[in-house]
Amino acid sequence: MNFEILIASSLDGLTLGFVFGLMAMGLTLIFGVMKVINLGHGPIIVMGMFTPLVLSQAFGINPYFGLPVVIVLGLVTGIVMYFVAVHRVINAPELTTLLATFAVNMILIGTLTILFTTTPQALSLEMGSLQTGTITILGTRVVAVLVAVVATVALYLFLYRTRSGKSIRAVANNRAAAELMGINSTWILALSFGIGTMLAMLSGALLATLFGFTVLSGSGYEVKSFIIVVLGGLGNPTGALLGGIIIGLLESLVAVIPLPVIGSIPFSWVPVIEFVVFILILLFRPTGLLGART
Amino acid sequence: MLKISRALWLSVILATLILTACAPAPTPAPTAAPPTAAPKPTEVPKPTEAAKPTTAPQATTAPTVAPTAAPKPPKSLLIGYTASQTGAQQVASQKQIEGLQLWLDDVKKAGGIKLKDGTVFMPEVKFYDDESKADRVQTLYTTLINTDKADFLLSPYSSGLTRAAIAVSEQNEKVMITAGAAEDLPMDGGTKRTFQLYTPGSQYYLGTVDLMAKLDPSIKKIAFVYENEAFTLSVMNGIQPFAKSKGYEIVVDEKYDSTNTDFSSFINKISGANPDAIIGGGHVTDSTTFAKQLYEKKVTAKMVALLVAPPEPTFASLGDAALNVVGPTQWEPVMVFDADTAKKANLPFYGPSSKVFTDAYVAKYKADPSYHSAGGYAQGLVLQKAIEDADSADPAKVVAALEKVNMMTFYGVIKFSTDAKTHGKQTGHAMVLMQWQKDAAGKLVKQVVWPFDAKSGDVQLRK
Repeated sequence: MNFEILIASSLDGLTLGFVFGLMAMGLTLIFGVMKVINLGHGPIIVMGMFTPLVLSQAFGINPYFGLPVVIVLGLVTGIVMYFVAVHRVINAPELTTLLATFAVNMILIGTLTILFTTTPQALSLEMGSLQTGTITILGTRVVAVLVAVVATVALYLFLYRTRSGKSIRAVANNRAAAELMGINSTWILALSFGIGTMLAMLSGALLATLFGFTVLSGSGYEVKSFIIVVLGGLGNPTGALLGGIIIGLLESLVAVIPLPVIGSIPFSWVPVIEFVVFILILLFRPTGLLGART
Repeated sequence: MLKISRALWLSVILATLILTACAPAPTPAPTAAPPTAAPKPTEVPKPTEAAKPTTAPQATTAPTVAPTAAPKPPKSLLIGYTASQTGAQQVASQKQIEGLQLWLDDVKKAGGIKLKDGTVFMPEVKFYDDESKADRVQTLYTTLINTDKADFLLSPYSSGLTRAAIAVSEQNEKVMITAGAAEDLPMDGGTKRTFQLYTPGSQYYLGTVDLMAKLDPSIKKIAFVYENEAFTLSVMNGIQPFAKSKGYEIVVDEKYDSTNTDFSSFINKISGANPDAIIGGGHVTDSTTFAKQLYEKKVTAKMVALLVAPPEPTFASLGDAALNVVGPTQWEPVMVFDADTAKKANLPFYGPSSKVFTDAYVAKYKADPSYHSAGGYAQGLVLQKAIEDADSADPAKVVAALEKVNMMTFYGVIKFSTDAKTHGKQTGHAMVLMQWQKDAAGKLVKQVVWPFDAKSGDVQLRK
């Protein structure tokens, strides 16, 4: 076994896994608080990709300096989206919110296509790299991991150390009881949707620093987010981070680990293996690896 | 509640997967037997210094036949096709459309397609956005035939989409000229009214093997990493057995999904196998990303050859990541095809010369043409020639004329197979290999590096 290749693939998988985790955290937070599966998650990630691109092309702003704009825009977009598409149907059966967010999905894809077409885009970003043997660690990946870790820690500090964060957890646990305690649940739900959207957009911006993208890139990341959320535990942000890292490592390592007889598994089998893991989790540990939010 | 949630999550994922499947579905691998020997390439004329436009472009003049009867009012001739204005194939498709539009402008300027009896056909085009999706192609070609009553059809861009279009056009007995579609399989299925302009995919990379053998006999190990798509599989069905027959060892053989954006795992696997050459790619987006990430990961193979993206002028935007990347190409502006080269090849010449085409294209679009642009123009040009030769727009007569085509155009030699099993397949046109190199000023420029008798520069190895 070539250990250098294994280490290189592990590092690639790990770094990508943190971004995947951040991406899924947005989805799982919204589901955990209000039981809404946000089908607009994919195009929101894409909005996160295009924001630094626009800032960079129109104003010459370094994509990393554009991240605060992504955060604010994500928060505002999420809150607006909540009041426009979700608030009125929040107490309706789950299928209704599903259809509402699906409509948002279609509107966003259509609007983004009109604005940007589906031409492939890429950020022009040079962050250097560190190389030893066959292991190359790109600066862009290191920054992506740092931002993902900072965002995760900030989310936890917010949820556990601030009044608004505690209100979010209270509403997630029991909305009626939280309202009886004087918490404005409408505002808290909107804030939660805003934070979930913000995390998705932030992950999109980080993904854009790593890979090329188009307006239609969101669907693949959306499916991946669903798998990660179920893997980590429904509504559990820590689980989403763990799930993201597992999926990142799985994608990177499966096809490079040497196997007897067949040599190694072809990369084209990776999605199949991901979904097999997904089904196994649903069958044998339906609450996910870290358990669903209670 | 948890059970409901689980069921809901499952439903959501299934629904999303179905929606995602709206993207072009992966097509099965061609089953045709791969060629075991390299077909002899048609001679490619040498490039000249005059290839780059330096003066005001000349107007292209579409060839016409002098009328022998009194002028008649022009008859309309509707040409239908779909274009990928959105989706994965948008970049190359746009170039193809631009080429076709230039042909249309030229024909209209020349007063239409004229027959011997004075009949004039004024071509008009009708097209829809296929969104790079095969299912939309089938629906839209049906609309073009049944609702719009298109007289002739041109193909969309890409093999996968063209295969879908051929299924409809053949069923409806419509003549179609394809460009941007090099897959062998549909042309090996006995099509009757489909004519392929591109050199078939199985021949795309054969020159790369010959080039490596001539250039550096120490190159022995090849890593193949390529898109899992109809055209690319067709290309691999050509090169892999050919490379093996020449004694090369295949150390990596991996396919990736058309939507893949992260090649890091593939590159790690490639690095572990330490190949001398990396050959693969797919279309514009993925090949460009692959080249960029190979550079970022500092992969040190002597030869990197990728499909479709390198010949596109926009590939140079990768900067040093584009340097020394080789790409098979159907046509390059530095290649000279005109009446003189046709005379030397003992073939009739038709249409504008390659210089006139290039100058007109640059004047209209303020950008260099790629082989996709040339293919778009050539689609219209070949149809025009067939109508003129047939002296009619009757489909049966046009098919008969197309079967007899053996000519040189600005795009190179064009000749179609008349064998029942490979009817309409391109047999006259030859591929060349281009490479991005730096000129004396340090600017990235394209050079034709193979075949040697047509080269504009010497090929450069990466280490």
